[in-house]
Amino acid sequence: MKGSVANPMASTSNSARPGQSTSRIITSLLAIIPLLASLAALVWGFFFLRDIQLANDSNIPQAITVLMAIVWGVGGVILLFTTANFFIEQLSDNWVRRLQPVLFVGPAVLMLVWALVLPTIRTLFLSFYDEASINFVWFENFKFVFTNDAMLVVFRNNLMWMFFGTIFTSSAGLLIAVLADRSKFESFAKALIFMPMAISFVGAGVIWNFVYSVKPVNEPQIGLLNSVVVFFGGQPQAWTAFFQPWNNFFLILIVIWLQTGYAMVLFSAAIKGVSSEILEAARVDGATELQVFFRIMIPQIMGTIITVSTTVVIFTLKIFDVVIVMTGGQYGTSVIATEFYRQYFTYNNNGVGSAIAIVLLVAVTPVMAYNLRRFAQREVF
Amino acid sequence: MKKAIWQTIALLVVTAMLLTACGSPAPVATEAPIVATEAPAVTEAPVATEAPAATGTLLERAFAGEFSGTVVTATGPFVDADAQKFDATMASFEEATGIDIQYQGSKEFEASIKASLDAGNAADLIDFPQPGLLATFVAQGKIMDVSQYLDMEAVAANYNQSWLDMATMEGPDGPIMAGIWERVNGKSLVWYPKKAWDEAGYAIPTTWDEMTTLMDQMVADGSTPWCIGIESGAATGWVATDWMEELMLRTTTLENYDAWVKGELPFNSPEVKNAAEVMSTIWADQYVYGGRASIVETSFGDAPLPMFDADGPKCWMHKQGNFITSFFPEGSVGGEDYSFFYFPGKDEAYGKPVLVAGDIWSATNDRPEVMAVMEYFTKGEHLKVWMEQGGAIAPHKDADLSWYGNDIERGVAEIIQNATSVRFDGSDLMPGAVGAGTFWSEMTNYVSGATELDAALSNIDASWPK
Amino acid sequence: MKTNKMINSFIINGVLAVICLCWTVPTIGLLISSFRDRIDINRTGWWTIFPHKDWVSVEKIKPGPEVDRNQPMTFEGITATFEELSKGIETNNLRIKWIGNRRVGYLDVQKYSWTAATNFSFENYKQVLAGADYTATLADGTTVTERGDNMSRAFLNSLAVAIPATVIPISLAAFAAYGFAWMKFPARKMLFALVVALLVVPLQIALVPILRDYVKLDLNGTFLAVWLAHTGFGLPLATYLLFNYMSELPRDILEAAFVDGASHFTIFTRLILPLSVPALASFAIFQFLWVWNDYLVALIFIGASPTNQLLTQRLAEIVGSRGQDWHLLTAGAFITMLLPLAVFFGLQRFFVRGLLAGSVKG
Repeated sequence: MKGSVANPMASTSNSARPGQSTSRIITSLLAIIPLLASLAALVWGFFFLRDIQLANDSNIPQAITVLMAIVWGVGGVILLFTTANFFIEQLSDNWVRRLQPVLFVGPAVLMLVWALVLPTIRTLFLSFYDEASINFVWFENFKFVFTNDAMLVVFRNNLMWMFFGTIFTSSAGLLIAVLADRSKFESFAKALIFMPMAISFVGAGVIWNFVYSVKPVNEPQIGLLNSVVVFFGGQPQAWTAFFQPWNNFFLILIVIWLQTGYAMVLFSAAIKGVSSEILEAARVDGATELQVFFRIMIPQIMGTIITVSTTVVIFTLKIFDVVIVMTGGQYGTSVIATEFYRQYFTYNNNGVGSAIAIVLLVAVTPVMAYNLRRFAQREVF
Repeated sequence: MKKAIWQTIALLVVTAMLLTACGSPAPVATEAPIVATEAPAVTEAPVATEAPAATGTLLERAFAGEFSGTVVTATGPFVDADAQKFDATMASFEEATGIDIQYQGSKEFEASIKASLDAGNAADLIDFPQPGLLATFVAQGKIMDVSQYLDMEAVAANYNQSWLDMATMEGPDGPIMAGIWERVNGKSLVWYPKKAWDEAGYAIPTTWDEMTTLMDQMVADGSTPWCIGIESGAATGWVATDWMEELMLRTTTLENYDAWVKGELPFNSPEVKNAAEVMSTIWADQYVYGGRASIVETSFGDAPLPMFDADGPKCWMHKQGNFITSFFPEGSVGGEDYSFFYFPGKDEAYGKPVLVAGDIWSATNDRPEVMAVMEYFTKGEHLKVWMEQGGAIAPHKDADLSWYGNDIERGVAEIIQNATSVRFDGSDLMPGAVGAGTFWSEMTNYVSGATELDAALSNIDASWPK
Repeated sequence: MKTNKMINSFIINGVLAVICLCWTVPTIGLLISSFRDRIDINRTGWWTIFPHKDWVSVEKIKPGPEVDRNQPMTFEGITATFEELSKGIETNNLRIKWIGNRRVGYLDVQKYSWTAATNFSFENYKQVLAGADYTATLADGTTVTERGDNMSRAFLNSLAVAIPATVIPISLAAFAAYGFAWMKFPARKMLFALVVALLVVPLQIALVPILRDYVKLDLNGTFLAVWLAHTGFGLPLATYLLFNYMSELPRDILEAAFVDGASHFTIFTRLILPLSVPALASFAIFQFLWVWNDYLVALIFIGASPTNQLLTQRLAEIVGSRGQDWHLLTAGAFITMLLPLAVFFGLQRFFVRGLLAGSVKG
């Protein structure tokens, strides 16, 4: 069964007669024309859009340019995939089998190699050179990264981010998804939880300044948290500046607030995928709600739980904007990405900056390996 | 199979239609790149070098219309209102020469400038607020030596030597003149709420002792003398480094200051530590609004606001550069609602030093029209419109005091002129890892109490690039 | 049984309401602040706009210069020193308090009563939407007020960047995810490992190399440049999420389709894509939000071209060179989040129950 499914065209190809091969060649030749034509149209559009945007004196209204840009970008991808597939499917089955994966996976892999793989390799090279990327310095940069006190604080902070950020984001997202699923106000509640996702990091920075802001003791507080503290007779505190390292937690709180919407949306979709008959059956058998949740729901959505935790772990490892906006990495809140940015762009130290980025890559290997193991367990046709 | 053939035909028809539909505007597309390559002076540059004997300097030739139709791109950290003022101040030049100056500021200046210089598409002219940052790029050979293109005698005649010295930086093939100073910012200024100040009958302190007496007087009167805030996002702490520099200038010799900036006098030396301790006597709970702890959390821009509180000033003095007036409440008038005095010297022996910062323009390209603009920057008159509108103080000798649009800036310019010594913001001259890194963060840690002074100073020393 | 259910639903809705409130309060604070001016924002908390009980000034007494402030003073029948007055003295329903400095302060007679801050305006929104006013003084002494760029062009540009930068990576990723999940080809595992590994690459390291390529192609400053960059940066997550979803689709559906002789392309477009709508919609939202709110990528690749500036760049400039107008961000944040919220509500119906009910196994 499996074998025949692996090449779906097999059954048809067996019945192909020799007389058809010439017509196949002709159709293949004809079929390449749409592909070439769409390629040509896209290339033309590329130059047109490029030049129209770079020319200062173009008299085409911006709205038209924008519309054309959208049509080109969105239509181009669809057109290219369709015509390329059309061409491939005219070829012999062997070629279909060989080329179709290339068509499906190729464009994405090409983009990734260009946008991320090559820069990563370049970064790896730079990490062995000095700050101006002139002299080869072996592992000097890595030695600095692992012995410098400030860098050790950075790693500690990232661990805090990864640990607290992931646990709280995932569990809050799951809790809300489950609650919302059983509430009449589902879409309203989900919209409220999701709302922070729509806010830019800069906006989020302003919002949380109104929560954490501190004013002198005898003045009215404008930060929500301090006004609550003062109301109950406490002293106003500078939450994000003092109490190192626990001030990191107040930054992590912002990301939990921002990202729970993400976790909730994915969990919600997964929960809706769980067959309601199974749940009902369990309830009829007398299982309590908690049992239903832990024995049936959780195993059913395990895949999503892993997906969400993985992406949140990676998100917190790469955390950048929130820290930059809230503290700029000061007060002992610097993390790997902000430290890379600072070393590379502010201090102009290509070597140490690159070394930090490489450490980040290596740090995530366990997460990656776990995901790959799951991938390997999946059967493929 | 039949279906496939029909599909082929249908697709062919569609593509044919697409192609014919696109056919008509196609010439636009082929024309555009030609225009694009023609526009810059690539074609005109040889003309310029062919006829060097034309007449006079690049600037004169520019005014003669020789470079008309060329485009010079510029970038820098200033945006919004400041960018408008820059456009306004260059408008007459653009009109007279036909050179189109396209300025585009960037809020993440450091990142965008490094990225574009590394990638090789930087703007022709770059405005650096930190000479230390410029020096790194000069060392990488990415900046033009302007002394090759400009009449240096004329330039030298229009600037104090110290400005020229600060613009001379070490390139890969020896020292070069890396740029032209355009605007300066006086820092040794103390702002006060004039109305309430006069009503309270406080006198302007002219010496350090008078100032400390006044501070105690204010405390006795039930208010706090100073408004201080050093929070500034990723740059938190720069206000503290300004104070450190002021106090270095007031407690030790200029030689020591220069050695300190160059990294020859370490931070944990007695001189630097003494300056930090003097600073701490002012940055004390009883003298700072909100107490020392609030310094770290108060944004530098919001720090002066308590001076203008509706209930009367909650603090009375705020030391900051002249740019700070744009943070004062809307509608407050210089000379009426607020004014400033010179942050007094501490020791007769060290005179009346003034701390300044400034913007230096550098060129990444030696096309004649680019250098013509650079030459224009060496003339005070190019800033005239900006000076009238406020927000710019000229380092040029030929800039007239009467050009300033308001008395406040004229006064600042006078203070700079009357100074016994002028020194540039040290942190802007230090290597980025210190001047825009540990000096900021360690001062912040010291003020917040997270680190002891000795440890903080030693940490800064440890981070100085070898 | 029925009462039990009601209690249950009450608890569920109650807990949900509390969580939602916690989640929303910070945003409400921003919304309220966006209608207040900078000085008010800095002086009192945003919640003071709600009626609350506080000491409200009923009378201000300005002591004349003849009053000796170093000795006990008598006001309203109360005799006290400056220090005592600064702390405030309560009598009956009134409090008398010295406000400010000994020399220039005044006495405030206050009553404990209901009050609310009511100073609202649309000024922040006006400045953000219509562009700030720049007042300049000309050489002849006249002042001219110039209006900065408005937001409509930046809004259009952001749209032109965000839509393709969402659709392109999703299309590429959907094809790739299907390929990884349901096709057999050499180096499959290795390539997928690559995708997962790239999840963690911080995009900051890619900025300079990509910019270099763009300089060679003369692509800098165009929307195209930003789409391609965002496509590259968004692909790993898109492929990873869509793969996880597609690989969990029931294999019997696909087997049946193959037996019927359908090709991979047909199965993908006719079967898998419709089934993957929830995952596609979820990722579409995230990618759209990410692109819409991105500043760094736009700054590096569009940077120098004023006509193609995006909303986030415009916002960053409104704040001013030194951030002196940060209060405008309160309004700006709301304006920029309108469209993403609309997108969310537009796509929310794709998450409804039953779309996949019973058809997906864990």
